[in-house]
Amino acid sequence: MYQYDKYDQAIVDARVEEFRDQVRRRMAGEITEDQFKPLRLMNGLYLQLHAYMLRVAIPYGTLSGKQMKMLGHIARKYDRDYGHFTTRQNLQYNWIKLEDTPDILADLASVEMHAIQTSGNCIRNISSDQYAGAAADEVTDPRPWAELLRQWSTFHPEFSYLPRKFKIAVIASAEDRAAMRLHDIGIELVKKDGVLGARIFVGGGMGRTPMIAPEINPFVPAEDLLSYLEACLRVYNRYGRRDNAYKARIKILIHEHGADNYRADVAKEFAHVKTLGLDPPLAEFDRITAFFAAPAFDATAADDLDLSDPDFAVWVDQNVKPHKAKGYAIVNIAVKPTGGIPGDATSDQIDLMADLATAYSFDELRVTHAQNIVLPHVKKADLYAVWQKLNDAGLANANLDLISDIIACPGLDYCSLANARSIPVAQKISERFADLERQRDIGELKLKISGCINACGHHHAGHIGILGVDKKGVENYQITLGGSGAEDVSIGKIMGPGFDENGAVDAIERIVEKYREVREGDERFLDTYRRVGNDVFKEAIYG
Amino acid sequence: MKLLTGNDLGSGDVVWWTGKGWSRNVHEAVDAGDAAEAILKEEEAARRVNASYAVDAGADGLPLHIKDRVRAAGPSVRKDLGVNPEIRLEKA
Repeated sequence: MYQYDKYDQAIVDARVEEFRDQVRRRMAGEITEDQFKPLRLMNGLYLQLHAYMLRVAIPYGTLSGKQMKMLGHIARKYDRDYGHFTTRQNLQYNWIKLEDTPDILADLASVEMHAIQTSGNCIRNISSDQYAGAAADEVTDPRPWAELLRQWSTFHPEFSYLPRKFKIAVIASAEDRAAMRLHDIGIELVKKDGVLGARIFVGGGMGRTPMIAPEINPFVPAEDLLSYLEACLRVYNRYGRRDNAYKARIKILIHEHGADNYRADVAKEFAHVKTLGLDPPLAEFDRITAFFAAPAFDATAADDLDLSDPDFAVWVDQNVKPHKAKGYAIVNIAVKPTGGIPGDATSDQIDLMADLATAYSFDELRVTHAQNIVLPHVKKADLYAVWQKLNDAGLANANLDLISDIIACPGLDYCSLANARSIPVAQKISERFADLERQRDIGELKLKISGCINACGHHHAGHIGILGVDKKGVENYQITLGGSGAEDVSIGKIMGPGFDENGAVDAIERIVEKYREVREGDERFLDTYRRVGNDVFKEAIYG
Repeated sequence: MKLLTGNDLGSGDVVWWTGKGWSRNVHEAVDAGDAAEAILKEEEAARRVNASYAVDAGADGLPLHIKDRVRAAGPSVRKDLGVNPEIRLEKA
């Protein structure tokens, strides 16, 4: 894992003291809320429905046991004993006090963490593949590149006041586990004739105008990557709309300007930027890469697994994924208990996951955009012990990628932007489909719920999506089908009139039962939908 | 009927205007009537409340809009954390 050098630490420490003074001035009445609001947002501090909410950055979703432990400590000491893992691979606290925030940021800084650029019209936390460094199918580890982008984008003076917020994802596998093409810039690291480079996709996103990013460049050599991204951002910064927040994302620029025109503008700007010497010297990139060297895997680790405990066997089948090293596996901890709140974990659960990482996964954890946690490097011989400990803590939910592994935004229970609650719908659906055998028979089914059109719950990318809307002061839920955030990316289609909360749950069950009726062989829900089309499911929903 | 609400500056807690000050309990809220705007201006200036605004209330003395009823009740999914979790989110 990357470790701060003295410059990284000095930047973060200085920001803590700067914010401490800003909070003092606000509490003393020296600055107004209008003056203070942009300052607190630059430090990830929002004012939500019930209290201040602090969003902590987890760069590319990677953190150490010590960092995870600190997240648990903060939840216990300053919040209400829990935290919420988000679809941006971050963590949010829902009950933070303004007066405590400088101390919380100081605690975070003590373990090389912060909340910088988790809000505002800047480049946000870089997201990546949660299996980075462990997946057998990656062409390279994407994390050194994500770290390079983190350093490049942190306090970038030219990109601190973009037309709108800006999200970048980096992957290095053909299988997209990071919803890469639904980002403002999606980067897929690839090799061409043995040379490392990147496919660049620009202009994706969800929100009120969902779009899949078109490919802007099929191959940017690795040594040109920063310069090329600088050019992409510069063209956006120059031409992106600032007159209308709803039209300000780069996807709108590319849609209105045209991908070909944008590509040509970027090429022209790149020719200039490349003369500025922006790309890092090889020695600096090598310095960063060295932090991500593979752990010292035990070459003698056994590949055998005793699956005689049936509950353990089901969990392994569902939640454990192949690792690139013989005798190791990737463990997915689904933070999705039946009837629970997607992504919420108690301080004790956070501590336990930290301890398991330290004891069994070379001290590493990942946060996934599906609001789950990954232990990336676990010896197969240790899987049973890990499972037992997770089971004791209510974290051995064997439902990864099943219908109850729901992504849900905080919704109207917490969020001041929401129009409807998301979490209660998720809870009712997970209870309706509590039977794990039934879930496993249904198979992979990604269900995603947003409480407003901003789509933090990724409903556009759900095989089944649910969007909560305000219909004359009453919560109403629209259903979309056919979305995907994976390599077969697509935007879901709205089926028709919405339902109340219970009606939506009933409709989901009718959709699922129709799928079971018409699927062919082991066809996934998404593939069945794509084969048979809308009408079959509309008929099932509305009769 | 107009209720006044906002957040406590330091703690961020949701608060309601009682006629004498601010309470975390919506059942202590009073109708601010025509004085709403003047009260909010004075209270904001004194930093006794933050991000304040007026809301319409119904016959039950509770906010009409579901968003403000959620603010009064607390999260419906964590009733252990709300000040008045017994409040029904649907209008009376």
